[in-house]
Amino acid sequence: MLDYATKPENPGAFPRESRYSRQDKSANSRSESKKLKAAETSETNWSKLILRVRDTRDEQAFALLFRHFAPRIKGFLMKAGAQDASADEYTQEVMATVWHKAHLFDPARASAATWIFTIARNKRIDALRRSGRPEPEELPWGPEPQPEAADALALQQDTERLAEALESLPDKQREIVKRAFYGDLTHSELAIETGLPLGTIKSRIRLALERLRHAMS
Amino acid sequence: MTVKHILNEQLLMGYAAGILPEAFDLVVATHLSLSDESRAMLCSFESLGGCVLNRCEEARMASDALDKTLDKIKCSNPKTSAKGTCCGCLPEPLRRYVGGGIEAVKWSALGADAKQAVLPVGQDATARLLYIPAGQTLPHHGLRSQELTLVLKGAFNDGLFRYARGDIKIVNEKAEHQPIADLGEVCICLTATDTPQG
Repeated sequence: MLDYATKPENPGAFPRESRYSRQDKSANSRSESKKLKAAETSETNWSKLILRVRDTRDEQAFALLFRHFAPRIKGFLMKAGAQDASADEYTQEVMATVWHKAHLFDPARASAATWIFTIARNKRIDALRRSGRPEPEELPWGPEPQPEAADALALQQDTERLAEALESLPDKQREIVKRAFYGDLTHSELAIETGLPLGTIKSRIRLALERLRHAMS
Repeated sequence: MTVKHILNEQLLMGYAAGILPEAFDLVVATHLSLSDESRAMLCSFESLGGCVLNRCEEARMASDALDKTLDKIKCSNPKTSAKGTCCGCLPEPLRRYVGGGIEAVKWSALGADAKQAVLPVGQDATARLLYIPAGQTLPHHGLRSQELTLVLKGAFNDGLFRYARGDIKIVNEKAEHQPIADLGEVCICLTATDTPQG
């Protein structure tokens, strides 16, 4: 189990009115928030909220992402052995990273949950090692900055099918997959054939990568 | 560049889940910088991680957590890392451990003009750069349960296959053949073994 160091609380913080309620109440912002309410109910729209954070630094979109993902990230970090207070603190850091790194999010290569998972996983590892984890080189977008919307949608659908397939695995196998991702399994204990349909996602991503390399060259 | 010898699913899953020793993470990240095939496979394993996160039991956040997070965002000034893409022999993740390009490596002699440099990673496994003169045999590091060898420059042949830049050779338990560097060129490799440093 991980032994997370507890960091001191931010000494300057004190209770006050939420920023969310202090947003200006123009007609524009009302129709925006209605749109966002609808988005909240659909799995495929989390990506769009990240893009809003990326493009317009939209705090309402961020608040919706926070409400959905923060409790899951915290639960995920606690599975890895973090105590309640430090898990809360680390989750805040993960969500702050979501804000700061939104420009690196690419909906053709990862769903919102997948991308946020990688940030939470790296936070777990960094807390353990106290140093950055080696990450592959980033692939910047070439002359065509926007991925095909159709690619992103297809990837979302593949990911949803993968989630269903994970749920339909025999209990024992599903538990091993979950324990691996919670960081509760050693490298040598991991000798599994998942039997999950990862191939479709792989071929889609490979196409996206090839298009990207082509655009960059 | 076409990389022929890529990672197996177990190592990609281990990297995606974040449960490999640091030395293995380093070799995997360096290989991923050179192989789109492996990178695509990694993305699909990370999708599995996304599914696990999305279905994770929720833990209640403190009531002021969102405000505190927005404060963090406003107070912090994240480093905008000027990460270049692969230049020269060493891909970016490796440059961080070496402290620069290939010229910054602090080699120590291994005998017969071969050299090695042990990289600073966690204690549970060992990462090394190897410099093997043309035509020489790659050294082996005795008993281990797993060893990864990633080619960065030149090529070697293990009697069955030829491994060139980006290719990764995975050996479990006992090595069958000692790899030999190609005759024409120096071979530089990055290795990880799951025996502690020493």
